[in-house]
Amino acid sequence: MTKAILLHNATLIDPKNETEFSGSVLIKNGVIADILKNKANLKIPNCEVIDCQNYILSPGLVDMWVFAGEPGFEHIETIEGISNAAIKSGITSIASRPDTNPIIDEIELVEYIKRKSLEKSKVKFYPIAALTKKHLGENMTEIGSLIAAGAVGFSDAYKEIKNTKVLKNAFTYASNYDAQIIQQPISDLDKGGVMNESEMSMRLGLPGMINIAETIALERELRIAEHTETKYHAMCISTKESLNAIKYYKNRTETITSGVSINNLILNENDIGAYRTFFKLRPPLRSEEDRSFLIENLQSENIDVITSSHDPQGTESKRLPFEEASFGATGIETLLSASLSLYHGGHISLPKLMKKLTYNPSRILKLEDTGSMEIGKKADLILFDKDAPWILKADKLISKCKNTTFEDQKLQGKVLMTVIEGNIVYKSNI
Amino acid sequence: MNKENINSLYPPQLKHLLGIEKLSINDIDYIIEKSTDWFEKNKIQANKYDLLRGKVQINLFFEPSTRTQSSFELAGKRLGADVINMSLKQSSVSKGETLVDTAVTLNAMKPDLLIVRHFSAGASELLSQKVDCAVINAGDGSHEHPTQAILDALTILRHKKSIEGLKVAICGDILHSRVARSNIILLSMLGANINIVAPETLLPRYIKSYKVKIFKNMKDGIKDADVVMMLRLQNERMISSYIPSAREYFRFYGLDEEKLSFAKKDAIVMHPGPMNRGVEIDTSVADNVQSVIKDQVEMGVACRMAILEILSKR
Repeated sequence: MTKAILLHNATLIDPKNETEFSGSVLIKNGVIADILKNKANLKIPNCEVIDCQNYILSPGLVDMWVFAGEPGFEHIETIEGISNAAIKSGITSIASRPDTNPIIDEIELVEYIKRKSLEKSKVKFYPIAALTKKHLGENMTEIGSLIAAGAVGFSDAYKEIKNTKVLKNAFTYASNYDAQIIQQPISDLDKGGVMNESEMSMRLGLPGMINIAETIALERELRIAEHTETKYHAMCISTKESLNAIKYYKNRTETITSGVSINNLILNENDIGAYRTFFKLRPPLRSEEDRSFLIENLQSENIDVITSSHDPQGTESKRLPFEEASFGATGIETLLSASLSLYHGGHISLPKLMKKLTYNPSRILKLEDTGSMEIGKKADLILFDKDAPWILKADKLISKCKNTTFEDQKLQGKVLMTVIEGNIVYKSNI
Repeated sequence: MNKENINSLYPPQLKHLLGIEKLSINDIDYIIEKSTDWFEKNKIQANKYDLLRGKVQINLFFEPSTRTQSSFELAGKRLGADVINMSLKQSSVSKGETLVDTAVTLNAMKPDLLIVRHFSAGASELLSQKVDCAVINAGDGSHEHPTQAILDALTILRHKKSIEGLKVAICGDILHSRVARSNIILLSMLGANINIVAPETLLPRYIKSYKVKIFKNMKDGIKDADVVMMLRLQNERMISSYIPSAREYFRFYGLDEEKLSFAKKDAIVMHPGPMNRGVEIDTSVADNVQSVIKDQVEMGVACRMAILEILSKR
């Protein structure tokens, strides 16, 4: 039995109830044994007491959309690599994307990720499996068995399921198992596109990704999700029209949720500048109008989740002309700090922000024992200084791939300690 | 050549020529004056000069090109440069060598001037960040083709006193055309009124952010034009269906005698080449007296000599 730990004198965040208060957390046997409000002076025998000096103590981040590289892309990212970066960055749970090689469409592959993460990772891994086999959009996967093996969601990632009948049947079958669909709205209308279609894309001579492409794909799937009563999460939406579609369907059905990549909240298409390929992302960085609309709606329940959309790319695939370069940016290590800039900018309260990073994703993925500050839940907690300033230098990143969208940015927020199931897996000098 | 005029301008402080968008009006005036100067000299006698003696010019062409590449080659040779032609097309890309690798390799040869044509927008910008020499964009994807726009402006000036106030109709595949983008920017800067004529599928959605008037109908768009500039229908760039057939395209957007009759009587007809006769331009128009397409080629050499000279002094 592990020694009890008292995280004393902290500012606690309860994301579920969107509250913030001074107090302490007692951890026993890997779970939150007690939450003590105010500065209770406790004497607990055989207990390690850590003075948290009023820093923020919150459930660890649950990052819902992460490319973990395994299997097949170990030269770009690994489960171990994610873990090393995540524990220093306040992320305690990861849902991994299925579009690896091979695609995660078989029981054995889900088990492989579970097993590999138990061996190599300190953070928790939850595989998202493919919705259709080999992401071909033809035959659905064994959804029931994949859930039994540990899949927390089903997605065809960046592949569009073109056959509407297949889509509808897959959603219907998924609802039979109460499975969570996690889809990135993709349309072949965007084929060949490399950045947001706009005046800027025209001036740069780059093929555009038209914002209605995302909305069309999203509305089609929302319509089917509503009809089939399927739990549907729109992974990374990026436009005003998409968010309005989410609003509309959220009013009609309770099983619709949505997420946004931190990149689309912080950056816009102008960051591409003179063909900077690190800003070539999926979904693309949009106009300032779209970005500010997303920000305005952060307060509402229309955006449930903020994700890193961690999508590392090798240097060689980014040192190319913009049209040929690959999509994606590394994001694990900047998720917390970049998100905190939304709080520092006055766009959202800290508990509400943390809710979108912890409680909401864990609720959607049905990770019942993590993501909240409640007695009896696993002690997956992080302690951080929300104000500590730092400047991001790509060469200081832990991740193998350095293609960050926040190079040289002034950020705030540093993780001081990460606890997973009661074990302190990372601690800096507090 | 107006000596007083060029003396009132100062030489452009250009490191590269990547696009018209980055040029100032002074840069443009200077390049035009210099080009005119070379044109006059070439007209008297096609001499060889030694301004670029000992300089290495590499023509790096990732896309097939006849006129642009030979024009740059001739311009470089006339100025005395050592010219190396490299036609890489898409095959070298499939061999795994990236553009940046190629740039690093070439840079080790210490060239002075690198002329680049590439199928991707921004390729010359990327190269310019990786090499020490001057980079001249000879066409990058659908982005820009600055020397084409400059030679077009020169051609217009051969036939019209000034570009200011002229009505220029640019017709055809605007969406995929780097020539259109460069020309719109350059001719607007020089004070032309620009009409754009194209079917909606071949227009960028945000075209109105340029100072242009949009016409779907050829006759309206060409009406009273001083210059009719036809663009090549870029078949190779069509990802999905933009037009139903060459036949229908020619019927509504191909320049024939009848449509041309709506332009001013002394209007000139231009085309950057290579032409699709019977698609965007009728043979009789391409070869008639109003056509200045051959002049464009001649101007190409002069303007490239001017640009090579300017950039070799950076």
